Amino acid sequence: MAEFPPRPSDSEAEVFRRRRRGRNIAVVLVLTGLALLFYAVTIVKMVRP
Amino acid sequence: MSDLSSDMAGTDRGEQSSLSVHELAMEDDVRDWIALLKPRVMSLVVFTGLIGVIVAPGHLHPILAFTAVLCIAVAAGACGAINMWYDRDIDAVMRRTRNRPIPAGRIEPGGALGFGIVLAVGSVIVMGVTINLVAAAVLALSIGFYVFVYTMWLKRRTPQNIVIGGAAGAFPPVIGWAAVTGSVDLIPVILFAIVFIWTPPHFWSLALWSNEDYRRAGVPMLPVVAGGKETRKQIVLYSLLLVPLSLTPWYLGFSGSIYGIAAAFLGLGFLVCVARVFTDRQDPAGVSLTNDAPARAAFKYSILYLFILFAALAVDRLIG
Repeated sequence: MAEFPPRPSDSEAEVFRRRRRGRNIAVVLVLTGLALLFYAVTIVKMVRP
Repeated sequence: MSDLSSDMAGTDRGEQSSLSVHELAMEDDVRDWIALLKPRVMSLVVFTGLIGVIVAPGHLHPILAFTAVLCIAVAAGACGAINMWYDRDIDAVMRRTRNRPIPAGRIEPGGALGFGIVLAVGSVIVMGVTINLVAAAVLALSIGFYVFVYTMWLKRRTPQNIVIGGAAGAFPPVIGWAAVTGSVDLIPVILFAIVFIWTPPHFWSLALWSNEDYRRAGVPMLPVVAGGKETRKQIVLYSLLLVPLSLTPWYLGFSGSIYGIAAAFLGLGFLVCVARVFTDRQDPAGVSLTNDAPARAAFKYSILYLFILFAALAVDRLIG
């Protein structure tokens, strides 16, 4: 019979979720910042070639 | 809010059993990914790069200037991440570095390497597309120099590691200048030389009091290989070169008296600091009997020195 790894406790899982949420928010902020930066650079280049 | 939180986390309580012990063991945090970028090192690199942008003749739109400095910062961070990936074995045995994310087991080595490569390639591409190809080429050269020449080749092989490797940290003002002018002239080369000659006394001051760490890790820093006495002598010699070199922008008429006076006084302070390192009470083997207090003070002063020196150059150029 196959052995399954031990399940994490509720508190361990909560810590994991909190960290993953932090990473997700960071990725969203970085991608939004990059999109805004590229937009701004494009406008600058179009206005001042 | 809690629903949104669950969505952001991409899971809910029903998925609890899908979290493996392995996933939980990699307890990485956003702060660990930021730590991979070596933010303290990055701050000095960003600052000198920004000064290169400010003092260069010509004009760069503030958004483009911001982009150029951002690329320099990201490239510096990428170098830090790749360096931490490569040096994870020696980081694990050094007290100063053993709590870094990789040796502490919070980030997998492969993840750190991938992170560093993506940032390095991304910063060069963005610099090339948005600023100019010369700045992108110098940026790529600085990354390559730091990763391949310093980290992989010199660091573990020669006590001259940080002398030659110091060139990697000296590129930012050149990159900043190239971002504005699209070329590399004499003045950015002088700024490069100032950071290049400043690096050995700065690092060897640190190495004097981190000597044991480096010895344990087998890194042939000068104090480990040649001893404290020789290191102190070399610190003084490089400092004697640094002070007149720092006055060169003034001799050449590139900057005015604000910079000239600041460089002279800062240089005098630097020489006083390294003279104290040289005359520190030592045992016959050159080991400090004062817990390396003068070397610690010289290390702190060296950071302040470079910040104020470059700030004075920018102020001089902006006012004059």
